[in-house]
Amino acid sequence: MNSVIQKIEERALRTDLPEFRVGDTVRLQVKVVEGEKERIQPFEGVVIKMNRGGSRATFTVRKISYGIGVERIFPFHSPRIEKIQVLTRGKVRRAKLYYLRGLSGKAARIQSAG
Amino acid sequence: MLSGLIGKKLGMTQVGDAAGKVRAVTVIQLGPCAVTQLKIAPTDGYDAVQVTWGRRRQSRINGALRGHFAKAEVAPGVATREFARRGEGELKLGQAIAASDVFKPGDAIDVSGVSKGRGYAGVIKRHHFAGFPGSHGTHEYFRHGGSIGNRSYPGRVRKGLRMAGQLGNERATVLNLEVVEILPEDNAILVSGAVPGADGALVVVSHAARQARLDAAMESKANG
Repeated sequence: MNSVIQKIEERALRTDLPEFRVGDTVRLQVKVVEGEKERIQPFEGVVIKMNRGGSRATFTVRKISYGIGVERIFPFHSPRIEKIQVLTRGKVRRAKLYYLRGLSGKAARIQSAG
Repeated sequence: MLSGLIGKKLGMTQVGDAAGKVRAVTVIQLGPCAVTQLKIAPTDGYDAVQVTWGRRRQSRINGALRGHFAKAEVAPGVATREFARRGEGELKLGQAIAASDVFKPGDAIDVSGVSKGRGYAGVIKRHHFAGFPGSHGTHEYFRHGGSIGNRSYPGRVRKGLRMAGQLGNERATVLNLEVVEILPEDNAILVSGAVPGADGALVVVSHAARQARLDAAMESKANG
């Protein structure tokens, strides 16, 4: 990559967020705009996917909301993410946890890593 | 100052603002360009400023160009282009012009370059023809253009009929892009959206021509 472009992309990187991995359960504080007002909305779930790519990197969080599976993709370095809390560290053996989509209830749990 | 500058397309990326809105931008290394010739109406028939960009070895240019660059006391450049004067400001031979001298964030610009060559392309790629059905009896006739005319009248193919041929590798201009940001220390500007050509290709960036014409027309209308 061109060094000038690299410099531009590095400006957008956030270093204030905690490290987490696929399989971890995280709680995000996301800024949402409702009409005129901006407020903070939590989103809690399992990280099932990380998509690397410098300032364009994203991760996907999956949760079960009222019995419906909900997945949301967040840009890693988005200023709309107020805070990320890592609730539990998960022990998983693959990089993408797509298999969770086919599981529900007790089967969809992830073993926590020590 | 000048109506435009020459530079090199570095590539694309995206930038976001504090609100989290992301824009696709092209990074162009623009200038610094050096003035190689000042053309004036009495001797040249029209007014223009010729500038050069980049660096070429002395041994790679012929004597005529060597003399031309030496006259302006400028190191030989990769390319030279002419631009019209725009606004106030004196220009002299050999003067270096940076991107920030000519453009500021928010300016509407046109960007020209040589588009990526696609070679001899069929009608689907070249003219967005729909092609033929993949089944229902189509036999070895999927990406063709179909009929190209009638029968003995007119007995020829009409002019301008779209057919297969060379696609790309020709001069292309994108109008009314926006200067998103200028990075003076890298001589780079960030331009909204895509720009013709491959990364590393020469591009010409100038103030938006069509927009300027429209603005002038609106103004003269408003003034009666």
